[in-house]
Amino acid sequence: MNDARKSWLRPAALAALLVALAFAAASCGGDDDESGGGDAASTEIAGLGTSLDEIKQKAREEGEVDLIQWPGYAQLTKEFKQQTGCTVKTKDGATSDDMVQLLTSGQYDGVSASGNASVRLMARGDVAPVNTDLIPNYADVQESIKNQDYNSRDGQPYGVPHGRGPNLLAWRTDAVTPAPDSWGAIWDTNTPYKGKISIYDDSIFIADAALYLKATKPDLGIDNPYQLNEEQFNASIDLLKGLAPNVGEWWADYAKQIQSYANKDVVIGTTWPYQVNTLTADKKPVKGIKPKEGTTGWSDTWMIYSKAKHPNCMYLWMDHMISPEAQALVAEGFGEAPVNLKACALTKNKNHCDQFHASDDSWWDDVYYWTTPTADCGGKGGTCKTQEDWVNAWTEIRG
Amino acid sequence: MTSTPYAEPPPRPTVGRRLSTFFYRHSYVGLFLLLLVPIGWLLIGYGGSLFVLLLSSLWDTDPFTSEVVHTYNLDNFRRILEEDVYREVAWRTIKMAALVTIADAVLAFPIAYYMARVAAPRTRNLLVVAVLMPLWASYLVKAYAWRTILSGAGVINWALDPFGLSFDGYSSVGLWLVFTYLWLPFMILPVYAGLERIPTSLLEASADLGGRSLRTFFRVTVPLAFPAVVAGSIFTFSLTLGDYIAPDLITSQQFIGTVIYDQRGTNLPVAAAFTLVPIAVMVVYLIVAKRLKAFEAL
Amino acid sequence: MTESRLTQFFLRLGAGFTLAFIYLPLILIGFYAFNESVTQSWPIENFSTKWFSVAYHNQDIRDALWLSLKAGIGATAVALVLGTLVSLALSRFHFFGRDAISLVVILPIALPGIVTGLALQTTYTTVGLDFGLLTIVIGHATFCIVVVYNNAAARLRRLSGSLEEASYDLGADAWQTFRFVTFPQMRTALLAGGLLAFALSFDEVVVTVFTAGAQQTLPIWIFANLFRPREQPIVNVVALFVIFASIIPVYVAQRLGRGTATGVPGGGR
Repeated sequence: MNDARKSWLRPAALAALLVALAFAAASCGGDDDESGGGDAASTEIAGLGTSLDEIKQKAREEGEVDLIQWPGYAQLTKEFKQQTGCTVKTKDGATSDDMVQLLTSGQYDGVSASGNASVRLMARGDVAPVNTDLIPNYADVQESIKNQDYNSRDGQPYGVPHGRGPNLLAWRTDAVTPAPDSWGAIWDTNTPYKGKISIYDDSIFIADAALYLKATKPDLGIDNPYQLNEEQFNASIDLLKGLAPNVGEWWADYAKQIQSYANKDVVIGTTWPYQVNTLTADKKPVKGIKPKEGTTGWSDTWMIYSKAKHPNCMYLWMDHMISPEAQALVAEGFGEAPVNLKACALTKNKNHCDQFHASDDSWWDDVYYWTTPTADCGGKGGTCKTQEDWVNAWTEIRG
Repeated sequence: MTSTPYAEPPPRPTVGRRLSTFFYRHSYVGLFLLLLVPIGWLLIGYGGSLFVLLLSSLWDTDPFTSEVVHTYNLDNFRRILEEDVYREVAWRTIKMAALVTIADAVLAFPIAYYMARVAAPRTRNLLVVAVLMPLWASYLVKAYAWRTILSGAGVINWALDPFGLSFDGYSSVGLWLVFTYLWLPFMILPVYAGLERIPTSLLEASADLGGRSLRTFFRVTVPLAFPAVVAGSIFTFSLTLGDYIAPDLITSQQFIGTVIYDQRGTNLPVAAAFTLVPIAVMVVYLIVAKRLKAFEAL
Repeated sequence: MTESRLTQFFLRLGAGFTLAFIYLPLILIGFYAFNESVTQSWPIENFSTKWFSVAYHNQDIRDALWLSLKAGIGATAVALVLGTLVSLALSRFHFFGRDAISLVVILPIALPGIVTGLALQTTYTTVGLDFGLLTIVIGHATFCIVVVYNNAAARLRRLSGSLEEASYDLGADAWQTFRFVTFPQMRTALLAGGLLAFALSFDEVVVTVFTAGAQQTLPIWIFANLFRPREQPIVNVVALFVIFASIIPVYVAQRLGRGTATGVPGGGR
């Protein structure tokens, strides 16, 4: 209709406004990334009660707890709600990287962190140390799991242990014969199971390659599969690149892997006891073992977000998950060793704790819990590849 | 008995009327106000977000904690350009997007033409509803249904079995089928609209000038409908370029979307740098599409 | 009709083939909704309707559905307002930056969802915004604007400005003209655009994964439960329910939208 004069003014003004606002947002935002961890981290969280009674009372007011968990970890949530008034909302994480990313988004109260998540979260100050006086069941946790480097820092416990387990070599007994006893069944580049191998889709799997090289190529001198120097790292990457063409499925979703095993789309691979349990309960012929070279594994800790919106419910949750009842359910359901040995009397299978070596610490000597690599090789001297290097290498390996 | 016709007194100058007159006389102010909120929203809310993302592509990551560190550098771009895997993934995705677009165009044209020019009005309405309905079926459920269809124990292999054939559905071919399926309605609708707009008189004129059916089709209809095809292709191309859910369900290969999604937490700056690839591709695509007059056919 | 009989035959064939291609997987989803088994395999052994009642009693689904509805309505409302404003500006005025502005409007839907999602998430975290209904609505509204704009602009293009000029000549002011002349003519196009925008928002997952935080819209619930063995059949039931529930709005939108662009740009997002 009408021609507007000086029409370039509007776009130009708007563009300038946009640039200014974006710069302001970007520079203001920078502060949010700084970690809250100062010198001696405090167990105090805004809104947390100072006595057990106060916590229970405040929890009723909070009414909710938002958790990031490994699938199948949360147990007895209905009973928990009845006892404490907190509704439990869970989000499944597929990998530790996922969990770190979710927790740092600030929308959750806590996480069941494996070592490769917990050390990073502690360093970032995104999780707070816990005041174990306010967690009655903590006293019953096995001493050998307390105050480890993946769940404590500067002598302070940073969470409540949950349980530990091994990553298993699992295969369909009707497709893989003879029964393997070594990781070589997967790493063999001329494997008869080409295209039917299932491998965990996360950079942490590089440690499994290193573990295999530790046994088969001792002159590389690999000791800790998470601290690898240049030579050891490159050897592991090469091994993985040899494996990649044979992999049928890179899994991050446990249920997807269950379906693939059930449909025989994969016949051998690495997995968690949870999948093996579910498949055998579904009458599928699957078996899982810890091979002779040892294996990687995890020792998980419930940790609380340092700015949790529902800290009181979270404290009660942490206490709940190490209660014997919850420990028994998760140990049997997921297929791991509980940390509260009182649970051993409550499991349906009375031999569960023995089968899972809950009190046999020597069995865990060749289970290398997930942890994050550090440039200083864990303080042992030399230079090792970092988490960033591992993640980049993984993208390359996946092609 | 009056001889002067009754004239309405001029309306009272209320505030609204005065404002309205002002806007009429100074139309650019009116234009500015009309555009202020929406373009402000888009430029600041959306453009600003893109800016923040691209800014973070210039930053660094702490090698241990994966936190974003605000030191400016170009390392991320160097990595994207130098490491082979990024180039391969980008190329693979672009190829897939192109193949999906072609397949969708081929599948969409007959039905769009039928709906636009051959079908009776009642049939046409039903067909439009029939084409629009799948848009409401959840994208995830459709993709997952295809996963079942393509599986070794799925419908396709079940149908091929009697002939002794087998089809590896969990592959690029399978993914191509899935993408083609998912985005088909977004190609059919613009092409239908474009074909509907062609005046019948043009086609009759072509026939009068001696063009037989096929000739008219290729010399008149297709060029006229081409902008609409390009318009539809904007969506099939863009949706394939950035998808991270379907590739994960069907294949084990990496695509641009899956690489960005995987790296978003552990190495946000690299993920942000890699987003420049689909952004650049789509901006170029949009510019070309504009030249081909596709925007009017949207 | 200028097409020969042979051409018509091939067209019918092609159309039929494409329709079959579109609907066979949907029919399959329908079958699986009645699949008794917990795993989705082929062929289906037993049929049962038990999953319908399981789905009906699932509180998470209800919450997710409710959140999706709220987000959809919110996003559609914002998109309607903003889309109308832009369409009025671009169809009734001719000015220098017109092409650039139409590019800006289409950009949110033309750029892949992962770029939009990641950008929005990074910005929300930087600015310190809490993830939830607000962030979901902002994300959806941004790419729904173009859907409304498309329909409204197409309608406005077909209506010449002469009616509005006549209205001014008769003494109406700008607001009266809009209210009594322009808007009634645009109404059905806006309704069609709004319905399409709602559909987009309702099924959106690619961007919502980034903007929803801990909240679950229906697509996010489906995404989280897609592989859960116990939830799988329920997912198919939910999908079937949404398909059937959408027949009426789609039909209505089609009748109303006649004479506008039926195209939607969109996201299978």
